Amino acid sequence: MPRELWITFVEFVRTFGALTLFLVELLIQVPRVFVRRFRLIVAQVYNAGSLSLVIIMVCGAFVGGVLALQGYANLTRFNAEDAVGIFAGFALIKELGPVITALLFAGRAGTALASEIGLMKATDQLSAMEMMAVDPIRRVVLPRFLGGVIAMPLLTAVFSMIGLLGAHMVGVMLLSIDVGAFWQQMQSTLDLRDVSEGILKSVVFGVIASLLAVWEGYNAIPTAEGVSRATTRTVVLTAIAVLITDFMITAWFLR
Amino acid sequence: MLRREMNAPRDNIVEIRDLHFSRGARKIFDGLNVDIKRGQVTAIMGPSGTGKTTLLRLITRQLRPDHGTIVVDGVDIANLNKAELYKLRKRFGMLFQNGALLTDLSVFENVAFPLREHTNLSNRLIRHVVLTKLHAVGLRGAADMMPGELSGGMARRVALARAMATDPDILIYDEPFVGLDPISMGVIVRLVRRMNDALGISSILVSHDVDEISTVSDCSYLLSDGKVAASGSPDELNRASSELVRQFMHGMADGPVAFHFAAPDYAEQLLGRDSE
Ligand SMILES: Nc1ncnc2c1ncn2[C@@H]1O[C@H](COP(=O)(O)OP(=O)(O)OP(=O)(O)O)[C@@H](O)[C@H]1O
Ligand SMILES: [Mg+2]
Repeated sequence: MPRELWITFVEFVRTFGALTLFLVELLIQVPRVFVRRFRLIVAQVYNAGSLSLVIIMVCGAFVGGVLALQGYANLTRFNAEDAVGIFAGFALIKELGPVITALLFAGRAGTALASEIGLMKATDQLSAMEMMAVDPIRRVVLPRFLGGVIAMPLLTAVFSMIGLLGAHMVGVMLLSIDVGAFWQQMQSTLDLRDVSEGILKSVVFGVIASLLAVWEGYNAIPTAEGVSRATTRTVVLTAIAVLITDFMITAWFLR
Repeated sequence: MLRREMNAPRDNIVEIRDLHFSRGARKIFDGLNVDIKRGQVTAIMGPSGTGKTTLLRLITRQLRPDHGTIVVDGVDIANLNKAELYKLRKRFGMLFQNGALLTDLSVFENVAFPLREHTNLSNRLIRHVVLTKLHAVGLRGAADMMPGELSGGMARRVALARAMATDPDILIYDEPFVGLDPISMGVIVRLVRRMNDALGISSILVSHDVDEISTVSDCSYLLSDGKVAASGSPDELNRASSELVRQFMHGMADGPVAFHFAAPDYAEQLLGRDSE
């Protein structure tokens, strides 16, 4: 058992190292690709964004609604139902917005990225590009990575906004919380630090989710089975990585 | 006189010396020596699984040999950095065994891809070149289709048009004749020959198709067991007395080339004795 643990540990460190190198290799080429392949990047932002947008809006509305219900149910015990706005605002902007968006993004856009790149590999398309002296990292991997990194904060903003609207609908319209109190308290209590925590999280999660997706696709075993495994791993690894980083960022902001 | 000789192009566009290559424990090449002559069509033949595709990947350095040298046009490709390698690869055109068309681009854009990547040609000129190449393989009418809508043979012909798009010096074909009907086959065979002669390029052609190879190639190599089993012009191979060559050229199941991949004894395995 200790031996197996040791092997798992070594495997983890090795993967983490390779992943870091891969990220560095990508980042080095960002300026060049940004200039020369700008249109590909825009296309990928659109691609990743439009894939996840509807799910994110639907989920955002319901998460906001649940927050209002839970907030109301628990805060009335302290006669503090006016604070439902603050409660929903904090939860969405600092925590649930970035985290749930990242998880949904991994499930929808991340899996699509991983399987697309994996299939391109399995059908020799990446080799064909290399034979045509076109670097698949620049032509295929980086635009998709950057597209995801840019799309994630935007999607997070949409999620949080729709979530607040959902909270408003449930809280103000259904449970008759005072509309002024709902928004006024949220506005006066949430400060820049809270919002920047949310933004930072969404950017970091965007990097994690996109990186893992393109990495799993690019390193997939080039068979049908290998590609399907890579797709599954993308979701699982992203979920784990996002939740762990979320804890670390939150702790860091509390310091 | 002397200067002309020094500048005279080398005879061999590709020289492979003492090549060793393994996949895991399986040895695929074991001291292979092959010369590809400039300006000729060279055929690589051999039973399925002998490593013909692998050889093409080694020549273009998609794979690296365990041991031995591969010299392309006077340059040892083992020592090239990425920029030099990409520069060399621009001189290659390669037809992959399964076509390898980019699935998110139309047929037209697939053929235009290398032109858009490496040249500053105007859209009008690119259109002209692409349509010419597609016409040559008989698929000008399919320009607006997506790769997923093509049959296997059509995809391979589009891939052929793409390989020719940048007018490379060395054209590599991995099984260009598989899945073609007799008419397209005849057209493609003649196209391969005509491209080679009219443009003065060198061609490397992998195929099982002994008859087609005989009509198109100047020189053939027959690979077996990681080495060259026989080489020479199609006539020489046809007349060869070696049992192995005769077996391959005339398609006989019994002979020195094993039809079966290495396996335990058939009867024993059917009777389940090997698992006891
Ligand atoms: N990615 C790989 N990993 C491990 N072994 C491989 C891989 N690709 C090929 N091989 C092995 O290498 C050997 C040679 O494969 P290769 O594709 O070069 O054969 P081939 O001569 O092109 O056959 P065919 O005529 O069927 O295309 C095969 O026995 C195969 O099992
Ligand atoms: Mg092959």
